[in-house]
Amino acid sequence: MTTAAVAAAVTRRPYRPRPGAVLAGLFLTLLAVAVVAPGLVTGVDPLAADPLRALAPPGPEHWLGTDHLGRDVLARIVYGARHSLSIGVLATGLAVTAGVLLGLAAGLSHRWVDEALARSFDVLSTFPELLLALLVIAITGPGTGNVILAIGIAQIPNYARVIRAQTFVVRRAGYVEQAVTSGLPRAAITARHVLPNVLGPIPVLATIGLGQGVIAASGLSFLGMGPQPPAAEWGAMLSEARNYLRVAWWVALFPGMAITLTVVCLTVIGRRLQRRFEGRTP
Amino acid sequence: MTEPVSVRTAVRVASEPLVAVEELRVSFPSAGVEAVRGVSLSVAPGECVAVVGESGSGKSVTARSLLGLAGPGAAVRASRFTMAGRDARGFGPRDWRRIRGRFAGLVLQDALVSLDPLRTVGDEIAEVLAVHDVVPRPGRTARVVELLASVGIPDPEIRAGQYPHELSGGLRQRALIASAVAADPELIIADEPTTALDVTVQAQVLRLLADRRAAGTAVLLISHDLAVVASLADRVLVMKDGLVVEEGPTERVLSSPGHEYTRSLLAAVPSASSRGTRLSAPAVPLPERAAGHAPEVLAATDLSLSYGSRRAVDGVSFTLHRGETLGVVGESGSGKTTLARLALGLLDPGSGEVRLHGQLWSGVRERRRRPRRPAIQLISQNPLESFDPRHTVGRLVAEPLRGLPRRERRARALELLERVGLAPGLAARHPRELSGGQRQRVAIARALGPRPDVLVCDEPVSALDVSIQAQVLDLLAEIQAEDGTALLFVSHDLGVVHHISDRVLVMKDGRVVEEGDVDDVFFLPRHPYTRDLVAAVPHLPT
Amino acid sequence: MTATRTPEAAAGPVVPPPPGPAARRFGPALRWLGPVARRAGSGLAVLWAAATAAYGALRLAPGDTVDILIGEGADTPGIRAQIIREWGLDRPEIVQYLGYLGRLLHGDLGRSYQLQRGVGDILATQVGPTVRLTLAAAATGVLLALAVALGTAGRARRLRRAASAAELVSVSVPPFVIGILLLTVFSFTLGWFPVSGAGDPTALVLPALALGLPIAGVLGQVLREGLERALEQPFALTARSRGLTERALVARHALRHALLPAVTLVGWFTGVLLGGAVIIEALFGRPGLGQVTMLAVTGKDMPVVMAVVILSAVVYVAVSTLLDLAYRLIDPRLRSVR
Repeated sequence: MTTAAVAAAVTRRPYRPRPGAVLAGLFLTLLAVAVVAPGLVTGVDPLAADPLRALAPPGPEHWLGTDHLGRDVLARIVYGARHSLSIGVLATGLAVTAGVLLGLAAGLSHRWVDEALARSFDVLSTFPELLLALLVIAITGPGTGNVILAIGIAQIPNYARVIRAQTFVVRRAGYVEQAVTSGLPRAAITARHVLPNVLGPIPVLATIGLGQGVIAASGLSFLGMGPQPPAAEWGAMLSEARNYLRVAWWVALFPGMAITLTVVCLTVIGRRLQRRFEGRTP
Repeated sequence: MTEPVSVRTAVRVASEPLVAVEELRVSFPSAGVEAVRGVSLSVAPGECVAVVGESGSGKSVTARSLLGLAGPGAAVRASRFTMAGRDARGFGPRDWRRIRGRFAGLVLQDALVSLDPLRTVGDEIAEVLAVHDVVPRPGRTARVVELLASVGIPDPEIRAGQYPHELSGGLRQRALIASAVAADPELIIADEPTTALDVTVQAQVLRLLADRRAAGTAVLLISHDLAVVASLADRVLVMKDGLVVEEGPTERVLSSPGHEYTRSLLAAVPSASSRGTRLSAPAVPLPERAAGHAPEVLAATDLSLSYGSRRAVDGVSFTLHRGETLGVVGESGSGKTTLARLALGLLDPGSGEVRLHGQLWSGVRERRRRPRRPAIQLISQNPLESFDPRHTVGRLVAEPLRGLPRRERRARALELLERVGLAPGLAARHPRELSGGQRQRVAIARALGPRPDVLVCDEPVSALDVSIQAQVLDLLAEIQAEDGTALLFVSHDLGVVHHISDRVLVMKDGRVVEEGDVDDVFFLPRHPYTRDLVAAVPHLPT
Repeated sequence: MTATRTPEAAAGPVVPPPPGPAARRFGPALRWLGPVARRAGSGLAVLWAAATAAYGALRLAPGDTVDILIGEGADTPGIRAQIIREWGLDRPEIVQYLGYLGRLLHGDLGRSYQLQRGVGDILATQVGPTVRLTLAAAATGVLLALAVALGTAGRARRLRRAASAAELVSVSVPPFVIGILLLTVFSFTLGWFPVSGAGDPTALVLPALALGLPIAGVLGQVLREGLERALEQPFALTARSRGLTERALVARHALRHALLPAVTLVGWFTGVLLGGAVIIEALFGRPGLGQVTMLAVTGKDMPVVMAVVILSAVVYVAVSTLLDLAYRLIDPRLRSVR
């Protein structure tokens, strides 16, 4: 019944933290500490090789074991967070900034500008993300900066399209028309009603997108395109671990878990934000 | 297991009620809601029983429980629950499936979503025939066509192959009824079967249900509309908050209601006879409006606007004087909303002009129009859509009050809220936390902020329950009496328009087919279309 | 729904403008031709733009174009002269560009200066294993997703929670991590499947699983949410009121509704499969386009990289054109003229 939906009073729902979201938040906080000050999380040097203790299984001395050069896996994961996450964060930052600006430019401009920009998003998204990133790297060469650029560019159309679509919805919304009838100038309507409602979902998009950025970054590192050895990066650690899978499962399992847990936590937080956000839009 | 056919005979022989429940209670434990709190009702063969109530009264849940379709997570209890002569309290899924469609068919509101939009109308009807195997496969197509013809659908062979969105609202609803009666059930449960339909189409659908009833099928009719019920039902149950507050023969309940709530519901229905009195408090007159010759505030001359080859508005002229209410009635697609948008200067006409206070209002640059905008404000059907989702009630009402210092704006916003009967405490709330009636009051407060001379009301009460509608209409009338505001009042509801308007325009296909004093037009319609419209409105017994 | 990954879904299906009078004049048979032609036309335009973008990236890259094209290949004056001749690098820009487009149109994808062979030949020999891998992965993903969605939609809360958690993890694990885990367990520990190569069909099992699981996660989630939404619609209530079983309701009504949002994701899946194939082929040591791509990227062999990128754009456009038409087939509201 339509009337029921409209007339039913919506009561204020108290904020209730979900255990999943809390755990995810704690893990991400720990990661943030590892990025800023890895020394606080582990006292072991990630680059200290000890060939005599190479491929030692997890034990009291090395909680997560050692790799083929006898380096502590836990320390490398902790220090690797800096590489893996910063690539993800910077690439997502680049993609979100460029995507939002282009999406807004398309959504707010005249028809032919919009059409041209929209088609260019279409073209950019015909290239699979990873292949587009590889094309960028083929031109620029491997390295941390280039991976950021590559992933960032490859993800631009995702954000640009969402923002463009959102702009269209908001521009036609009833409250924008209402603002026109109350005599608000166009610029004020854009600033007060259009922009805030278009930009509102960006934290949600960026959080979930960051997880995908981390996956893409570790994938490129796995292929040897990211930070070069001996830097500890999760994808690169997995790539090295490939040769020792038969004898030392821990070398691969723990960095893999680190990536997965990070992405799971980001997605959980992102969805939580999304639910809160959707809960307040009619 | 009983055969469906033998069920029917058993029922006929015993002449028992088709369905009878006592002390029906339906709760949704996970949501902590008890929607139905002890309802008893029965439907005898061939009888038409109506359940009437406002939203949240539990009438739909009651109806659905009778088919075992109260929904997942619903706890249904009853001290007695017989269906087709058997105790339904012990029914398993298989027993229910035998009942559904075969013994009792369900008709919901709005066939556009109540028929599967991805399947043809014919497939939907054939499904009932297949599930209950009433017609063997080779004969089904022919039977579907027959059924479509029997509910009055022209060209049934063609229609059977079409999708719901390809049919008009009326044909769609008939097709939905055809699917509900395909297996020739003893009972039709019709849940708001005519809500959201145009009044002429509503009349056709009601006639169709009446025909079915005359042919011996019992009908359980669920509706929020007392007048719809009046034309069809033998008995009526009035529900409120999950309880039946009154029950009896339709004639008696509607003409001499015993319960306070029924009386207030009946009094809240706007009509010709309610003119000049309050709807929310019966027999209390509304404040007098200043009579006499008032100056013209808004005038439209020969307005036309086309979308492609379709003329949405075609040669419409009107004038609106200070303190006057001009009603605009028409069915969906008649162009009445487009006319409202033209009046507001949100659209510019293809030809013709609008003048506000004698000065040209249409076709001027928005920059020139902006300073004059406070004079004409909008109240729309769905206030929630017209509120920025991030803003609080206080901010929404204060927004149009530009040019005032912050302090005064706040004070004025609170004053406006008080004027529309909202507590100042609501200023800090978000509109989505309010009820539908409260939201519409917020929209009215906001529209009053700029002290407009004209309020354009586009279906302002269509989404509201009748008692809330009464309060909002009373509020509008008070404001008009105090401020001398002119109302351009667009609605599909003839009763509402008759209640509130001085003069009326009747629109059809973008044209004004008739206009004049509201009593003249509705009591002595000259144009055939107006006559059809007036005749189609269901009436309460007086 | 993970909104960033699925812009199409977030923006909703693209509703075509109402057909003009021409479509109304012709019968239902011809009504089909319009959208097909329009879609094919816009697909070609996108491909042209994609090829131009790849060309632009090459030309705008810093450094000498000849150096970039040679990459790590043998750098002799003879090859340099050959490149300048082939690409017409001594001619005006526009001629070079048109020459490039012309060669593309003739299926001439250029020459690998690293391998000293035509790019078309290289790709032709390597495309088979990649097609097998991606199709197997797609089938794995779709079947898993359908099984999970149909098995859990509308069922007990606990079951749906478990499915939802599994989907969350499977979209959060990079394919190469899944691959490594599978290798550790099934190849190194249990010895059920070969570690690498593409010789026998069993070698396809683990790579297809690794590539297909993330797809199963996203698709399963979309399908399950779609089914649950459909089962709450009024038409589902009407169908139940006819005496339909829940199973028949899902099969005849809800599934088609759930497929609609899933279809809009197929373009994205194509990208994930093609990109993921590069990583999975590297991990499992399988021959295929991925190996070729990696070799070309590390060797800066631009003609090969560009050919792969353009080829994947062709696949993407072809797949999304087909699915756009499939969408119309499923949803009559998009194809009929009112």
